[in-house]
Amino acid sequence: MRRRDVLGLAAAAPLAWPWRAAASEGGPSRLVVVMLRGAVDGLNVVIPQEETEYYRLRPTIAVPRGAALPLDRRFALHPALAGLMPLWQAGQLAFVHAAGSPDPTRSHFDAQLFIENGTPGRRTTADGWLNRLLAALPGPHGPAEALAVGPTLPTILRGRLAAANLPLGRAGVPREPLDRPALAGAFDRLYAGDDAQSRAYREGRAAHSELAAHMEAEQQMADAGAPPAAGFPAIAARLARLVAGDRRIRLVFAALGGWDTHVAQGGETGQLASRLKPLGDGLAAFAKELGGDWRDTVVVVVSEFGRTAAENGNGGTDHGHGNAIWVLGGRVAGGRVYGDWPGLAAGQLHEGRDLAVTTDYRSVFAAVIERHLRLGDRALAQIFPDAPPPRANLKEIIAA
Amino acid sequence: MLRRRFLAAACAAVALPALRLSAAEPPPRRFAIHLLDRLGFGPAAGGLAHVEAVGAEAYIAAQLHPETIAEPASLGELLAPLDTLSLDPVQLFLDYGPQGPKASPEERKARRQRARIIVEQAQAARVFRALYSPRQLQEAMVDFWYNHFNVFAGKGLDHLWVGAYERDAIRPHALGRFRDLVLATARSPAMLFYLDNWENSAPGSTMPNGRSAGLNENYARELMELHTLGVDGGYTQADVVALARILTGWGFVRPRMRPPDRSGFHFEPARHDFSEKRFLGRTISPTGESEGIEAIGLLAQSPATARHIAFELAQYFVADAPPPGLVERLAQRFLQSDGDIRAVLAALFASREFRDSAGRKYKTPYRYVLSAARAAGVEVRNPRPLLGAMARLGMPLYFCQTPDGYKNTEAAWLGPEATNVRIGFAAALASGRLPLDREPPAMAATPVAERVPAPVDAAALERLLAPVLSPHTREVVAGSAPPLRAALLLGSPDFMRH
Repeated sequence: MRRRDVLGLAAAAPLAWPWRAAASEGGPSRLVVVMLRGAVDGLNVVIPQEETEYYRLRPTIAVPRGAALPLDRRFALHPALAGLMPLWQAGQLAFVHAAGSPDPTRSHFDAQLFIENGTPGRRTTADGWLNRLLAALPGPHGPAEALAVGPTLPTILRGRLAAANLPLGRAGVPREPLDRPALAGAFDRLYAGDDAQSRAYREGRAAHSELAAHMEAEQQMADAGAPPAAGFPAIAARLARLVAGDRRIRLVFAALGGWDTHVAQGGETGQLASRLKPLGDGLAAFAKELGGDWRDTVVVVVSEFGRTAAENGNGGTDHGHGNAIWVLGGRVAGGRVYGDWPGLAAGQLHEGRDLAVTTDYRSVFAAVIERHLRLGDRALAQIFPDAPPPRANLKEIIAA
Repeated sequence: MLRRRFLAAACAAVALPALRLSAAEPPPRRFAIHLLDRLGFGPAAGGLAHVEAVGAEAYIAAQLHPETIAEPASLGELLAPLDTLSLDPVQLFLDYGPQGPKASPEERKARRQRARIIVEQAQAARVFRALYSPRQLQEAMVDFWYNHFNVFAGKGLDHLWVGAYERDAIRPHALGRFRDLVLATARSPAMLFYLDNWENSAPGSTMPNGRSAGLNENYARELMELHTLGVDGGYTQADVVALARILTGWGFVRPRMRPPDRSGFHFEPARHDFSEKRFLGRTISPTGESEGIEAIGLLAQSPATARHIAFELAQYFVADAPPPGLVERLAQRFLQSDGDIRAVLAALFASREFRDSAGRKYKTPYRYVLSAARAAGVEVRNPRPLLGAMARLGMPLYFCQTPDGYKNTEAAWLGPEATNVRIGFAAALASGRLPLDREPPAMAATPVAERVPAPVDAAALERLLAPVLSPHTREVVAGSAPPLRAALLLGSPDFMRH
């Protein structure tokens, strides 16, 4: 069945690298990275409900015991993420708590760079680790194999290999003047060189022709002529349909902002809750819309650092260190909170104020890359040079 | 003739010792375009003739003193109907801000809708000035400093204040003293709200509404990391906390109390932390508001700040990875001149590195869109299609969410999608189909067909851009059908650089 699908698609879309789709048995293993820019408050996402310190440090913003959704004996989930509970119960959602970057910076911008370039503490790395991962996947490589949602290509996907980016908001894929053959021909001649601008032009044209057909079909089907809805759940659902329709897409990146809650972040309800809800609902919609492809997809949700263990003077939290990483997908050994919980007592906090980092974020991705994308140590050394060896128990996060 | 005048002006410029012309000097017209590209938003027909007529040095000197350049009446006519531009922050809050608790949800929504006009007018004004003000360097510096001290219009009350912020805090000091600029941004309601300092309070104090309040590090950290010292500027987490304590009580007036000070700033001693602080190795005695002024003074004159600002200016005006020697010289100029932005820029524009850098920068979406409209010579009365293109390219004006502002490097903006969207914009602009000349008709009420598109004059455009076009581009343009040529020129790889 699956194989027939693949062949059917290859036959229907003879444009580019059909050999790639035809050569693979079953669906392709995919990795989706969702980055929460601005540092989400992980202690209010995966709540350490057995820690008395948690309630003491957060008198106005702690999520009360009765409101949080129990995950296991130690942790509970923010109630705004109720949309993800079916995945948790199905064993397809896991968290790695007290994870993050080994670099201690509390600068958003450095910390995001270090998550994206894969080399904490080193700013000069020229490319992003998702691009290096793309290079490590077996080729040949095509222009829409790695896809970022948004108007520009993020650092994590920049590098030697072509990657596509696509805004998926209300506008969708507009009809470009480049659909007019005479103009397109002239621009093709103008951008015929081997310089960076010409390459970008050609990659964009190729990706556009790869994706546009799927997008238009998807849009007509899903929206029945109505303008597409905005907001993350709608975008995630559209992304899922796009990805499910195109087996060549292996790596996907999306970023969401608005997590820098220094003031009045709220507890059970409020500012953070209102941002978590569309995220949780969107991830659930993504899983649902992927259909059978969910089985071969792993989604990792990561933020640049966590926030202070204690609330600040304004019912918010300031920049901290450790956070929770979310891992979900059909092959995830979920229903479990991974990682070594360091505790919230004064002596256990990083610099006396933040959740410590006991798991390097690269270990989580390394486990996914090794067990899910089936790449070995040599590839990992290129993707995350100088990373510490991954923790053995994390490998279990992907089911064999 | 023109060349002679240029040479004479250059030789007469004793104040600019780095300026010596040699056989390797670029031809005057290319250099004139370079000046228009970097000291502003690119050549427009009349502007190029002006630079060639007055000469490079006189042009630079005048640009450094924008108050000596008259603005055309036509620009004033475009700005005149934008009535919210003249309102002070207190009035903006009273007229457009949230209502009291008695308002119904419908009233709140209607008010919020009505308030959208403030950002729209600020955007329109920014675009009109960038397109049509002969004070081009001032407009470039407004773009530069707004990004440096970015405020996001999408956060809470900031939709009321981004325009007033630019007018009161950024513009007056864009070529002035850096310390004044930092202080003006620190006191602006827009920044106080955006980075939360309005609530930053001594632990145990209460806000005017009775809510208990305490320290908030957000602004203190970004003030050092982004606005002054830079992330490697040598401060510690303890300095972040100390600076947050120093800045406690810096907040807003209460607009409904009819304050005499209409700037919106108010220092509240009752919420200030009057303990002694250790900040950057110094002791700051507890004196109240003046602690913050002292701290900002220390930050503004720090060598780390000088290097940070010098780097950013050199990156904006010269190269993504600016030559270290240039950065060092500019930093020295910054320190010697006590942070005189004009003096630093004069040194920058006189540098060999600046002169040799024509065409090396990749335009940001903001710059690309503006420069295309300027070069095309279109008369813009409705800036929405231009603002829409900036947004589509990932650079919506006043809507950069994060405090680091938009980047101005090639790595940030050159990409497959961006290139194709730029070309789409170029083709639409060239065809004359963008409704730039008037307000768009109310949604679908008027048929669009009644408008006759006026295509951009490709021959005039080619004459204007000739010095920056590569032989390859010229050849492709010449070999293409005339109706395609303007789109090709505006969408060419050459025009995406400056």
